[in-house]
Amino acid sequence: MSETVDARGLSCPQPVLLALAAMKKLDKGELTVLVDTDTSKENVLRAAASQGWQEAGVEEKAGSYQIRLSKG
Amino acid sequence: MAAKGNFFATRLGMIVVGAVVGILAPVLEKLGNPGNMGICVACFDRDIAGGVGLHRAALVQYLRPEIIGFTLGAMVAAYLFKEFQPRAGSAPVVRFFLGVFAMIGALVFLGCPWRTLFRLAGGDGNAIFGLLGLVAGVYIGTLFFKAGYNLGRTQVTYSSVGWLLPLTMLGFLILMFIFPQIPDQGQSGILFYSVKGPGAQHAPLFISLAVGLGVGFICQRSRFCTMGAFRDLILFRQIHLFSGIVALLVAAFITNLILGQFKPGFENQPVAHTMELWNFAGMLLAGLAFALAGGCPGRQIFLAGEGDGDAAVFVLGMIVGAGFAHNFQLASSPKGVGEYGIAATIIGLLVCLGIGFTMQQKA
Repeated sequence: MSETVDARGLSCPQPVLLALAAMKKLDKGELTVLVDTDTSKENVLRAAASQGWQEAGVEEKAGSYQIRLSKG
Repeated sequence: MAAKGNFFATRLGMIVVGAVVGILAPVLEKLGNPGNMGICVACFDRDIAGGVGLHRAALVQYLRPEIIGFTLGAMVAAYLFKEFQPRAGSAPVVRFFLGVFAMIGALVFLGCPWRTLFRLAGGDGNAIFGLLGLVAGVYIGTLFFKAGYNLGRTQVTYSSVGWLLPLTMLGFLILMFIFPQIPDQGQSGILFYSVKGPGAQHAPLFISLAVGLGVGFICQRSRFCTMGAFRDLILFRQIHLFSGIVALLVAAFITNLILGQFKPGFENQPVAHTMELWNFAGMLLAGLAFALAGGCPGRQIFLAGEGDGDAAVFVLGMIVGAGFAHNFQLASSPKGVGEYGIAATIIGLLVCLGIGFTMQQKA
């Protein structure tokens, strides 16, 4: 099951809060988080790592980042 | 890895940044800045408000080059690393008022979170109450975040929006060259310069500016934030930002010991008062306002430097708040709280609670 969290335009700590809530809800699987600052990207990746989620790729397009996360 | 290509975003990078700032601030004190005030973002914004005459408290008027440097250093870093991103529109007027009340709270305590740490590192026991207030304020902020508090999304905007605050700071610097300080004169052209008091105590202009630029640069890269340090610890049990302020505290303590600036005690501490409750309550207000606005006063400046127009509005709120704080006798002095400081703190807490309770998005 894959889900997308759109945290573009939100400032600290909202992107991490939303991403963590989605990780908790999914427990495992695939999650995509959209953010638009480098700070949010770093924060989301850091939070994901702390919950045992793997980075499955980060794509930059049109000024925002699409972060794909997975947990088996 | 969370931080590809950005050393400063690693744990070690954060610790290095904290340590560097922790060493530089006491050195600035040695070079002329006020006691335990090598760097104080609130005090320095207040001095800037005085320097341009928004308040006429003669003891605290000086266009602090550190703040100018913070903004411009962060902007240079943001451009160099392609992170300059003009954005605005997340409830700017709320951020303005949060800035106003954050400043009022900070001036009831007499320091921002940065100075809270520097006061502790210099042996000022009164800062313990400020620190407790700060943590309590940030804690209340995290409760609002859990309840869905959110000021809404920003929008991408014109580059020139992001340039406004940095250009204003550059303008202040140019004014300092056009109207330079004249010894024993309280005024030079349109600018005010304290003849005595904390505003008269400052390191040489170019050293302050250079330190400001450097600190602005590394703090933009590292996302150093003294409020976020406690927020992330409370909200996420995450010590990334917290490791930075611990490094700052330890480095400042050691530097003070080496420079002979560590003087433990409660009485007669530089630019401080001993009213425990209001040291606590002032920072309770400031901490809550910083949490609701998403960054400590330093972080707001660095964000403004990388194009965040809402953070710029917060900074302007702090400068205007400093004007009110001194014109209305809300700011404390070494003698204790100002005549209306207690009333302003209570009003500020009510306003911040109102913002927290009424600006929640239900999931």
